[in-house]
Amino acid sequence: MAANALEFRTCPITGKKVYATTQNLIWINAVTSVVFLLVGGLAALLVLLTRWPAVHLLSADLFYRILTLHPIAALVAWIIFFEVAGLYFGCSVLLNSRIAAPKVAWLAYFLMLIGAAIVAVQILIGNADVMFTSYIPLQASPLYYLGVILFAVGALTACGIFFGTLAIAKAEKTYEGSLPLVTFGLSAAAIIAVFTLASGAIIYIPTFLWSIGIIKNIDPAMYRLIFWAFGHSSQQINVTAMVSVWYLLAVLTVGAKPVNEKICRSAFVLYILFINMASEHHLLTDPTLSPAHKIANTSYFIYMAALASMIHALAIPMTVEVAQRKKGYTKGAFEWLTKAPWGEPGFPALILSLLIFGFIGGITGIVNGTEQLSIKSHNTWAMTGHFHGTVVGGTTLAFMGLTYYVIPLIFRRELIGKKLATLQPYIYGIGLIIFTLSMIASGTLGVPRRHWDITFADSIIPFSFDPTAILFVTLTALGGLLAIIGGAIFVGVAVLSVFFGRKMAPSEAKLL
Amino acid sequence: MAITSPETYWWKPADKEERLWITIAIVWCLILFTMMPLWHIVGGQNPSLEPLKIRPTDYQKVSDAFIEKYKIGEEAGIPVVKPPDGADVYLRGQMWNWIPILELKKGVNYKFHISSVDLMHGFSLMPLVMNFQIVPGQDNILNLTPTSSGTFHIICNEFCGINHHTMVGKIIVKD
Repeated sequence: MAANALEFRTCPITGKKVYATTQNLIWINAVTSVVFLLVGGLAALLVLLTRWPAVHLLSADLFYRILTLHPIAALVAWIIFFEVAGLYFGCSVLLNSRIAAPKVAWLAYFLMLIGAAIVAVQILIGNADVMFTSYIPLQASPLYYLGVILFAVGALTACGIFFGTLAIAKAEKTYEGSLPLVTFGLSAAAIIAVFTLASGAIIYIPTFLWSIGIIKNIDPAMYRLIFWAFGHSSQQINVTAMVSVWYLLAVLTVGAKPVNEKICRSAFVLYILFINMASEHHLLTDPTLSPAHKIANTSYFIYMAALASMIHALAIPMTVEVAQRKKGYTKGAFEWLTKAPWGEPGFPALILSLLIFGFIGGITGIVNGTEQLSIKSHNTWAMTGHFHGTVVGGTTLAFMGLTYYVIPLIFRRELIGKKLATLQPYIYGIGLIIFTLSMIASGTLGVPRRHWDITFADSIIPFSFDPTAILFVTLTALGGLLAIIGGAIFVGVAVLSVFFGRKMAPSEAKLL
Repeated sequence: MAITSPETYWWKPADKEERLWITIAIVWCLILFTMMPLWHIVGGQNPSLEPLKIRPTDYQKVSDAFIEKYKIGEEAGIPVVKPPDGADVYLRGQMWNWIPILELKKGVNYKFHISSVDLMHGFSLMPLVMNFQIVPGQDNILNLTPTSSGTFHIICNEFCGINHHTMVGKIIVKD
């Protein structure tokens, strides 16, 4: 924190200037993110062991409480703290620039930390059993909404630091020509973040005023509409940041170079223009919007964004293939793939993240986003399976893969437990494949999300699911447990390495 | 590399493979885009076409009147209602029941008005797995024709408080 704003070292591998102020900010945000991942992962374990009918661990009230905490810690805090670290890396390290207003960046960090802590405490003491969505007229304590607002203001400030640093780098000519692709992608993520956080302010500030009695009425249908402009758009930030991280991992693992910068960059622009419009797909089975409105937003616009994802889906494997072929792996159609660095954590993390995101998260997203098919999947576990494919199998796994490079390159610590680190993406990825596919299968059989007891033991009107559905729920639990083991290995390796890993000498050049 | 500025002018035309892939993707997007409105014409199952606002208190009144008019009995304390053919049917979500239990006739079209008088609820018709968001203040109007007889259940799949998981309703369809 006290570091001189102009003190920097040069990275022996990439030749980039790493400013001490930036390094400290990346360190604190990344370490905090992993702490929240641990909290989110523990919550995931408790939720999982309760939804598994054979175990049914928690009581109903505790279950709904922990189910509210899980996405706050794992979806909001882990991912956004990590993204803030990523933004600072993209604007400062990649552009060889000092970071704008480091003190304000620290303020942003503390706002986010205090906000997230308030929200987590309010949930744990039972003042906010409202689920992540906090649909009105369900009401949490005013402090809960205040915590969310503080967190959002902090995140918005961090985006401001990012844009400020881009301006400084340009003015001080720390780079020549266009932005690097990764920074370009992160800029797209930051632009989407501004829209998202503005929507969050539009809905959370009145909701806060409603919770303290200043506003008497908020229309629940309107709340749902604007909430999702925040709630789903924040997932679009994750998608955009994750795609940028994919390009970055392709560089770090095989030294890949984008095949066509124009195509990649245009795809990011499509994200900026269209991806947020698609957030209205949450309202496909609501009686609020007209069919024409739904078709325009969730069909036309969503497919423009899907097109962008299709472009990245070609561009990333293509850059990897071209880089590998240049190294001489040209035998047959697939030597470039079989001779890829599968024994390094970054590469399997990249490939599994790409496959799970695309084939499980992405495809189900398009399917569920169709008006008529949404009737089949709305509020079932098919939806939950979809977004665990995107934000866990996709974003989280990519971020985990990147962490194994951040530790030696930015934090200058040698990894502890390299073998475990190499196995980790496989364990986590395979666990998630079983988890998400079984979850989607349960959902198509009608298993509801956010439900304490699918045996309906306490209902006045008896109802029971087909045994096949229970079988898939059990498989979901087993896959989830495997993923949680993978997650625990990640947290263990990351925390031990950051605090106890051997400090690397300034000139030491080593990726892993 | 993606972490450095492009060395040269980068606004270059796409390769043949890239163009082919993007063309396929665009064609596929257009097919999907066409299907969504098309289902409104050729498909039998679509979300509500008539967005309508209704005050929860007003909805409570009409649904109570509906129950009183066509009630034929009670089961577990919940009224059983048999509406006449083609009638407007009111199905109310409230913490933590779907009211009333409905007795319908196979092959007859009913205009359903589903709404909530308190929190959000999730209408999930089992075992068909058809789901609709039920929002207080909004009337979810659906034209439903039962095409098979038997007992159907409605579970709630939107969190609505501590006993959410006990919320089950019933529709009996007779030949």
